[in-house]
Amino acid sequence: MSEILLETRALRKRYGGLVATDSVSLAVHRGECHALIGPNGAGKSTLIAQLAGALVPDAGSIHFAGQNITGFSAHRRAALGFARSFQITSLLPNFTVLENLALAVQSVSGSSFRFWRAVNDETELFERAREILRSVGLEDVATRPVGSLGHGEHRQLELALALATRPQLLLLDEPMAGIGPEESERMVALIAGLKGRYTLLLVEHDMDAVFRLADRVSVLLAGRVIATGTAAEIRANGEVRRAYLGEEENA
Amino acid sequence: MNHLRRHGWLLATLAVALSLPQLAALCGQDFYVSFASRLLIWALLASSLNLLVGMGGMVSLGHAAYFGAGAYVVGILSVEAPGWSSALLVWPLAVALSALLAVVIGAVCLRTRGVYFIMITLAFAQMLFYIFTSLTPYGGDDGLSLAKRLTLPGLAMAGDATFYYVVLAIFAACLTALGRLQASRFGRVLAGIKDNEERMESLGYATFRFKLVAYIIAGALAGLAGALMANQNAFVSPNMMSWNESGIALVMVILGGLGSLWGGLAGAAAFLVLEEVLTGFTTHWQIVLGLILLAVVFFAPRGIAGLFAKQP
Repeated sequence: MSEILLETRALRKRYGGLVATDSVSLAVHRGECHALIGPNGAGKSTLIAQLAGALVPDAGSIHFAGQNITGFSAHRRAALGFARSFQITSLLPNFTVLENLALAVQSVSGSSFRFWRAVNDETELFERAREILRSVGLEDVATRPVGSLGHGEHRQLELALALATRPQLLLLDEPMAGIGPEESERMVALIAGLKGRYTLLLVEHDMDAVFRLADRVSVLLAGRVIATGTAAEIRANGEVRRAYLGEEENA
Repeated sequence: MNHLRRHGWLLATLAVALSLPQLAALCGQDFYVSFASRLLIWALLASSLNLLVGMGGMVSLGHAAYFGAGAYVVGILSVEAPGWSSALLVWPLAVALSALLAVVIGAVCLRTRGVYFIMITLAFAQMLFYIFTSLTPYGGDDGLSLAKRLTLPGLAMAGDATFYYVVLAIFAACLTALGRLQASRFGRVLAGIKDNEERMESLGYATFRFKLVAYIIAGALAGLAGALMANQNAFVSPNMMSWNESGIALVMVILGGLGSLWGGLAGAAAFLVLEEVLTGFTTHWQIVLGLILLAVVFFAPRGIAGLFAKQP
């Protein structure tokens, strides 16, 4: 049994009468690619918001690398090595691609309370930024303003920003959202290349991608984790088929 | 070419600034020396506000609180400690106390965003305004006259030209520092926060701390501007911290160019020169100002400084 990197214990969040997260206990092992799936309204977004530090749970706790991080703000989680990409693209639109990356690299390269020396003289920040851009295939658009890129490139940059913070765990919130089949294929290859080097928590609607990438899958339904297992186990699970996969097949 | 043009403008501005007292004397209009001092002090105030609004995206409508606080440090000390006549002592004190005030007010205000931030900064400034209005030992709402300017070793500060050069040197130093800051690590983080604060948080930046430090620097510079203005006018009054003054500083920033280094100077110059020229024709000069402001917002969103900057 390998070490657990991220764990939630009986996590609970309710909005009035609606229990959006109902005693969710989830364990992501170091080095694995763990997918989280579930139909719309299953509570994925609420759970992610609590993992990322945007929402405070009503009960239960979140542990990361042996530390209780339940009350940690988003930036403290990031500093511990917990990076995320956003479902709805969240970049710095008035910066170039390279500047976006350089700012992400800067966050893990010493103090940013420096007021005198020009950032542009810190070549090592930009070298590292270019390295990451190459690894996600964006080096050709490095000097372009982010606003001028296409949606697929935005998704790649989302991923690159998360990578630049030297994370232990990558929370990928629907990295394939809204992109075409060809770009989707490229993204799957990209994520496959990250496997083993990073621990991945992948939230995704694209079942084909999930079953190709994930070592283990957890299924969320009505705020509860109804099953966790390998792709094959999840495919074979009757409750999951009825609740979720069957619904997809009928749709 | 752009490079040449920019340096051309810089040199021309510098040449005019350095020879202004001589030019004014030639024209027999010595009044313009103190006008230029006031302009530079306003430019310093506007530049400090531009750090908040233009670089950091924090729209404050209470920035005059620090302007007034810096001025009152000079004013109150002239009553309580008339022996402390050195600017080398009093001005740093005005800066430090304004910064301290900014720590306290900023720590509260920066928990809010957007319209709420505008309202709460306004509320704090108005609170200070009313406190000083009722401080009768220091003149209450009549304000407080100063017997004389503070001294600097080797300089005859009473002379308007000398004082002008002191203000010019301080303004140039502050603008240089702001320019360095804008291009520094801190400046980039601030620009990132303005662009997308949530993303900066998730990249690991404690955005509150960065915003607070920017707020403190802006408050300290505004306090310095206030201390200079108190010396320039030999007078301080609660009006210096009224929302009207905060509004004027904001208008200058928008007019001059949000987020551009020269925006504060360009805006202060445009505003005060317009006021000077137009009041000669009509007391309703602010109608014209309003139209010009509208034109800037619609046709030159990067302000006057944006017209001179290189095209993106």
